Amino acid sequence: MPLLEPRTAGLYCAAGDFWIDPLRPVPRALITHAHADHARAGHGCVHAAAPGWPVLEHRLGALDGRPLDYGEPLRLGGARVSLHPAGHILGSAQVRIEAGGEVWLVSGDYKRQPDGTCAPFEVVPADVFVSEVTFGYPVYRWPEPATVYAQIRDWWQDCAAAGETAVLLCYALGKAQRVLHGLRDSAESILLHGAMTALTALYREAGVALAPTCPLSEYEGELAGRLVLAPPSAAGSPWMRRFRKRRLALASGWMMLRGPRRRRAVDRGFVLSDHADWPSLLRTIDEVNPQQVLLTHGDSAPLLRYLREAGREAADLRGAR
Amino acid sequence: MKAFAALYQRLDATTRSSVKRAAIVDYLHSADPRDAAHAVAVLSGQRPRRPISATLLREAAAQASDLPLWLLEESYHHVGDLAETLALLLPPPARAEDVALHHWMEQRLPQLARAEAAAQQALLQQWWAAMPQEQRLVFHKLLTGSFRVGVARQTVTQALATALGREPGQIAARMMGRIRPSADLLERLAAAEQPADTLAPYPFALAHALEGAAAELGPATRWQAEYKWDGIRAQLLHRAQAALWSRGEEPLDASFPELLQAAQALPPGCVLDGEIVAWDNEADAVAPFAALQRRLNRRKPGAALRRDVPVRFLAYDLLEQEGEDLRARPLRDRRRALETLLASPPAGIGLSPLLQGDWPRRARWRAQARAARAEGLMLKDRDAPYPSGRPRGPWWKWKLDPYTVDAVLLYAQAGHGRRSGLHSDFTLGVWQDGELVPVAKAYSGLSDAELLRADRWIRAHTRERFGPVRAVAPEQVFELAFEGLRPSSRHKAGLALRFPRILRWREDKPAQQADQLATLQRLLEGQ
Repeated sequence: MPLLEPRTAGLYCAAGDFWIDPLRPVPRALITHAHADHARAGHGCVHAAAPGWPVLEHRLGALDGRPLDYGEPLRLGGARVSLHPAGHILGSAQVRIEAGGEVWLVSGDYKRQPDGTCAPFEVVPADVFVSEVTFGYPVYRWPEPATVYAQIRDWWQDCAAAGETAVLLCYALGKAQRVLHGLRDSAESILLHGAMTALTALYREAGVALAPTCPLSEYEGELAGRLVLAPPSAAGSPWMRRFRKRRLALASGWMMLRGPRRRRAVDRGFVLSDHADWPSLLRTIDEVNPQQVLLTHGDSAPLLRYLREAGREAADLRGAR
Repeated sequence: MKAFAALYQRLDATTRSSVKRAAIVDYLHSADPRDAAHAVAVLSGQRPRRPISATLLREAAAQASDLPLWLLEESYHHVGDLAETLALLLPPPARAEDVALHHWMEQRLPQLARAEAAAQQALLQQWWAAMPQEQRLVFHKLLTGSFRVGVARQTVTQALATALGREPGQIAARMMGRIRPSADLLERLAAAEQPADTLAPYPFALAHALEGAAAELGPATRWQAEYKWDGIRAQLLHRAQAALWSRGEEPLDASFPELLQAAQALPPGCVLDGEIVAWDNEADAVAPFAALQRRLNRRKPGAALRRDVPVRFLAYDLLEQEGEDLRARPLRDRRRALETLLASPPAGIGLSPLLQGDWPRRARWRAQARAARAEGLMLKDRDAPYPSGRPRGPWWKWKLDPYTVDAVLLYAQAGHGRRSGLHSDFTLGVWQDGELVPVAKAYSGLSDAELLRADRWIRAHTRERFGPVRAVAPEQVFELAFEGLRPSSRHKAGLALRFPRILRWREDKPAQQADQLATLQRLLEGQ
């Protein structure tokens, strides 16, 4: 019997009687990171990586259970469990499970690019590797983040020169702080949408170097020429109306393609992703070097076939696709 | 090509035509005139001939990217744009050299077109290895002949007018027909005198659809009403020679030689605006569009086809007479001159009749338009000059409501361009003996939000995948609009819809209540 099985509520480990990133309330949950498609409230006992614990409690409320340091072993029933950095956002973790002489590794969401806002991805050898595959096509090859930050700075300058507000849409948790870290040398403070202020403060408390910021709600100066970060949901909402002259950009891995860029009706797309691109997926699978790869979270068919043709045993975690 | 690639990026990055126009003006000011000429031709929609087959191009790209061909294909279906896919897949160039656009267009692409298959692939490898990454997309667009960047011809015309300091009307007139991208193109466009021997047509006047009631336009006597024929819009010229131009400014001379012959019988220096229709000699009336379709895309029709499907040019406007441009005159004068000119027209040319009467009478003409093989009526202001472009006011399309059918979604495929990555290309079917038979492919009609929701539904209800095509659970009903039906041996249903598009997503309707094929068959027989 496999060590982990996908169930409606999430990924279940019978040997340790726990769930990974369950979407419904369960007695014992391991949460890889605080994004809403992984972290839900209502569980009995929660374990997650210590650097992400404050963010998790901010989102879910006070938690029963306890944070684990990266690499700290935990015994759950017949399983030995430990969490390892995934490089996705602050406190994001891979889950290593050892039971019955077998090692499984669940990547959670991860990336291999350097990111000063969280611990870098750690390669953990395993027999079975459950990998995310959000960007499972070879067209996804991320540019250097330094290049992207320079593009953002140039765009901001262009907007300022035209007397417009530069509104950059990015996820409130992780991406926003990564942008703020990339622009940390900025002399001017960057204005934040209300959904981002508390999360950004938590990053600062964790010791991450960020650009100076100011909540938009407390800012009373001229909006022209300023950079504002807002979650993607703000686009097209009444909130947007306060900017009389503005340009809109979006920072996301999906901005690699012109189709999504045009569909989002943004003036500019910046390719900045917290997920693994195609070369990183291949490199990570090679380095973890498992006997079997299981793919989840995305369009797995092309990568599956590619891995199989390269002689790897690979399947979709969710069954045939 | 660096400057042209930068222009493409600027055009691609915005949807605002004012920004696009400014980008083109900037480019025209700084570009080498030899490059500018090609840029103008390409941006105006003049497709470069494909110098290499898509298959060879893909194979060469797969090889250069060290990827299996199937993965390149899968990536293409994911991205929805071949030129873009290849630009993303190719490895970074070993070195970068900038080759001028005119050199690409005049030397390299023709060289590629002439080469043998193996040599073609070798040339591509060599060029890719030295091409700056940001030039790849535009290069592939030139190679695949699908150079669309959302620039209306009007935008190019206006940008040229600004850059050259001329009236947009003058530029538009000289841009008609095939553009010869020689180094003196900009000079020719800006020149004060138009060479007399030109065979170029005038910019076509286009109409908006009438939204309110016709009576709101004012007294019926002010408006000329004609049938809106279901044919091919064209201008028929007789100057030094005869010429026939489509609305897309493609020459149609070779496809309809009998119309050219007819035009030669008209006094020289004359330009007619009208519609090419198939003609039923026995009934002495317009034949169904399906008949005309046999003549379309057929360059040099044989004698048998010309006999089987005779055509006629139905004229409704006179733009030039005895070499004089009549466009500034009011329609009532032009119409009178047209009627005099065609009092006894040469065989093959007819006069599109006026539909007289008050608004209620005209509403009845419109209601009966299908019987006359028309899509509705055109309403034109008798006092207005020949419109330039598509202004609101002087001309209105008063079309019939389309036919509709409720059909069930059977297959979906990811779309292209703005819809790339979304399953937006639908195949839909109707019932026959308890089975669903495909009758139409439809691409448009849903809002962005509906498309996203449909895409999620399709992914979650896929029963089988055939490459990029997904067979889905036959549960979702869509109301399709279409303009007509034609018999088709290529379709299992035995008929095909004309211009099918999605009108509404009928989430309230169970699949069992979608339409029957028999209903469409009866409609086809009655047409």
